[in-house]
Amino acid sequence: MRLLTHNMLSSNIKGVTNGFPLALEVTKLVTKPVDFNPDFLKNMLLKVEWKALVEASRAMGYAELPEQTEPSMVESEEFLRKFHHALLELHLEEGSLVCPQTGRKFPVCKGIPNMLLHEDEV
Amino acid sequence: MSSRPEIQAPPEIFYNDDEARKYTSSSRIIEIQAKLSERALELLALPEDGVPRLLLDIGCGSGLSGETLTESGHQWVGLDISQSMLDVAVEREVEGDLILGDMGQGLALRPGVVDGAISISAVQWLCNADKSSHDPRKRLKAFFESLYRSLSRGARAVLQVYPENVAQRELILSFAMRAGFAGGIVVDYPHSSKSRKEYLVLTCGPPSLSSATPQGIGEDADCSNDESSEDEENQAVCVSDRHRPRKKQKLNKKTKGRQWVLKKKEQMRKKGNAVPPDSRYTARKRKDHF
Ligand SMILES: C[S@@+](CC[C@H](N)C(=O)[O-])C[C@H]1O[C@@H](n2cnc3c(N)ncnc32)[C@H](O)[C@@H]1O
Repeated sequence: MRLLTHNMLSSNIKGVTNGFPLALEVTKLVTKPVDFNPDFLKNMLLKVEWKALVEASRAMGYAELPEQTEPSMVESEEFLRKFHHALLELHLEEGSLVCPQTGRKFPVCKGIPNMLLHEDEV
Repeated sequence: MSSRPEIQAPPEIFYNDDEARKYTSSSRIIEIQAKLSERALELLALPEDGVPRLLLDIGCGSGLSGETLTESGHQWVGLDISQSMLDVAVEREVEGDLILGDMGQGLALRPGVVDGAISISAVQWLCNADKSSHDPRKRLKAFFESLYRSLSRGARAVLQVYPENVAQRELILSFAMRAGFAGGIVVDYPHSSKSRKEYLVLTCGPPSLSSATPQGIGEDADCSNDESSEDEENQAVCVSDRHRPRKKQKLNKKTKGRQWVLKKKEQMRKKGNAVPPDSRYTARKRKDHF
């Protein structure tokens, strides 16, 4: 699971009003190279929750992202490369995602987060 | 029709390790799913600016549908309820990220994040109650409401479905509309029972020019030559689209006659299907009251 996906996921347990962002517990991570596409990144920059991405990438041991973004940054290839790496190349292989409100853990196995809810959570 | 997987077992049981492997190694299935996905992507009508989008593949299975998205250069995230199907997807090293989840519980996504969604041959599963706690209506509602929320304004979702009958089709469509989507059903090859395929083409946001439902392939073809044009259900609903003038919902003019229908019904009975008894009304032309 990439941080792109982490940045989209939100806990939808019944009664949870703010399920984003899920905290990361990292047991195993891998990096896989992905083709660099600035257009995709510029589009994504408008959508990502930056703070959540910065924190998640730190939890994954990558501390190169700036705390904040500015519109002019999209012109910097150096910045886009870092964003690219954090968003698409870091994979959480084993670990869990933790609901910020309830502490409920969603396990991640073989890179797949298990978001299935128990019956009493629906 | 008697072999619909949906009525055999819940999806996470039906698509076990064995079935997931069989499914993904059948060249026939690979080809069909690729075609359906290509068409769905076309109906998504993403801007043709070469910019890769972030798409969702609902009921992604082993990644056959997602591969079409990858080939078109898009990033995608797939959701499926079957661990076995996802395991095969991992083995096949699909490019998209995978989530184990149940669309009937609602999508666990933050609002407005995805640029478009496809679903190939999956959403009809929601019409079945697999557990005593399952209420298809609640699950359809949770699914469509969460799908609506997760899409960015103006984005589309294209869902290719195999409803079991007219009632199921209407049920699915009605929950999509109630969630706020505009759009309708596109039927490709409506006059052929084999090639006939249905797509819910849904747009997030108020109806506009861009949310007008596109035409199905082969929709206006002359159906009189097609041997399957007698299929009762196909005849009843060529296009079930709320935004389309009634007149276009044309019914087949020519029929094969009573003898042919009686023979077909007999064949279906032999297959063990429930077929209404023959009567003097059998194969009579219906009034075009709609
Ligand atoms: C016929 S397969 C299609 C898979 C893939 N889209 C393709 O084109 O090859 C249907 C898939 O829908 C999934 N499915 C059924 N019900 C589901 C649910 N409630 N939530 C998520 N996935 C579901 C099944 O597990 C199965 O993988």
